[in-house]
Amino acid sequence: MKPFSSYFKFPKLTYRLWKVWVRDRDVFMKTFKTDLLIPLLEPLLYLVAMGFGLGLFISEVNGVSYIQFIAPGLVSISIMYASFSECTYSSYVRMYFQKTYDAIVATPVSLEEVVAGEVLWGATKGLINGSIVLAVVAVFGLVNGPLFLLVIPFSFFIGLLFSSFGMCCTALVPSIDSFNYPFFLYITPMFLFSGTFFPITILPKPVQLFAQIFLPLTQTVNITRGLTLGIPELSMLLDLLWLVVVTVVFFVLSINLMVKRLIK
Amino acid sequence: MSSIVEAKNLIKYYENLRAVDNISFEVMKGECFGFLGPNGAGKTTTMQMVHCVLPITSGELYVAGMNVKEKAREIKALIGVVPQENNLDPDFTVCKNLIVFARYFDIPKDVAEKRASDLLEFLSLTEKGDVVIDNLSSGMKHRLLIARALINEPQILVLDEPTTGLDPQARHLIWDRIVDLKKEGVTVLLTTHYMEEAAQLCDRIVIMDYGKIVEEGNPKDIVKKHFGKNVLEISYSEEILSFLKGAYHNATEEVIGDRINVFTNEPEQILSDVLERFSPREAVIRDANLEDVFLKLTGRRLRE
Repeated sequence: MKPFSSYFKFPKLTYRLWKVWVRDRDVFMKTFKTDLLIPLLEPLLYLVAMGFGLGLFISEVNGVSYIQFIAPGLVSISIMYASFSECTYSSYVRMYFQKTYDAIVATPVSLEEVVAGEVLWGATKGLINGSIVLAVVAVFGLVNGPLFLLVIPFSFFIGLLFSSFGMCCTALVPSIDSFNYPFFLYITPMFLFSGTFFPITILPKPVQLFAQIFLPLTQTVNITRGLTLGIPELSMLLDLLWLVVVTVVFFVLSINLMVKRLIK
Repeated sequence: MSSIVEAKNLIKYYENLRAVDNISFEVMKGECFGFLGPNGAGKTTTMQMVHCVLPITSGELYVAGMNVKEKAREIKALIGVVPQENNLDPDFTVCKNLIVFARYFDIPKDVAEKRASDLLEFLSLTEKGDVVIDNLSSGMKHRLLIARALINEPQILVLDEPTTGLDPQARHLIWDRIVDLKKEGVTVLLTTHYMEEAAQLCDRIVIMDYGKIVEEGNPKDIVKKHFGKNVLEISYSEEILSFLKGAYHNATEEVIGDRINVFTNEPEQILSDVLERFSPREAVIRDANLEDVFLKLTGRRLRE
């Protein structure tokens, strides 16, 4: 048995992790024209259905129109889904079915670097999809001022959080079907209860507290909303600090759990 | 000749299973060294420790003078690995597989492109450069795995069952290439289930069973040591068997299916004696081979 603390030891990483990132990018570049259609169309569906449809019955939320309220939520959700899916289903396929990791670790690239490269690629997918949704939202005129551009670098960082979390799941699941559990039990509640479609302040206090502690999409939406609406608040820095802590923990954990899974 | 791989009292546990049980061996620079043994004997485990993808439990293991515990990255840079299971990148074409793999070794792009086209030619895959992996036959995939393993111009080539499941043409092509590489001074480590392959390619072999080395040496010497030169093979009948057992004390008999194998130094004498007394359906003298040794040492029981 490894001591518990060993799971939180920061792994040794070199520039070689970028070679894994470049590999994933090369695969992405082959099919990106069709791959990007879905992140482009999905927010349109939500904007039309919830913003124009449901929005007719809701005059304003916290002083902004409903469609403007949910726009940053849609951006945050797309980052979460893109990064989490990349480092769960896609990474699992590469690890288990394609044996891509086995092939790479026979070269000077270490397993730690393979996992880190994959997580960084997952973050990049968050950046790409998040930026597309952000562009759609901007085209619809749902942003105020230039601050919304900060969402682009922020989406890479949030991508890192959710791809690290996804990679932890990949390290732990017995089979690819098991991803249904983290999706249904964690990602879906996060999708609904993180202030995406309504402010969490209307929830009972214990649920609010739960969301703030265990659902990092809450802080993500707070920050994204502050930036798209052009109303930054000091509390966003606290949110960011919390997200940094959670990201670092999951990033380190994902690599160490993966090493435990793959190196016998 | 100096040694390039040196293992001393090497042990590997998978949890409580002792997969490699205190083995020592030495591979010389430029030789072809084979690991033989039934499934689960520890061959692949041993090779994976040599190319540093599996940590050792205890003992010592040096590759090119470097300790596997300290210099895994440097050692991996010197080795080319052909795995048992295809792990080519299905997201890329044949040529792109080589280029992407070269990147992991820090090989500059122009050098990688040149080597990739040379290697495709070396393994008769030039026309398949733009084909996706799924559209290759299993023989082509095997050849591409070998090409990929050579992209870093390795000093040591590790092949885990390089010809399992291939047709004779593909097998011979791979054998020829291994011989070519040996001539260039590449050290070859391989595992195989084919005694013929080991006898043809390997300068030295070890036979492993239950994680231990049960025999080692040059394939021909090993056969000679165990059986002398010839084997007399006679169709099975109870009378012949009991005659042989009674009449010859310096010969050993073994029944395999419907045949009796007689290991002896005087096969002609025994053959004529048998033919005088009985009329077996078939009786031939053949060379003793590695398979006879293998089955003698590791038994006939199925392992899995």
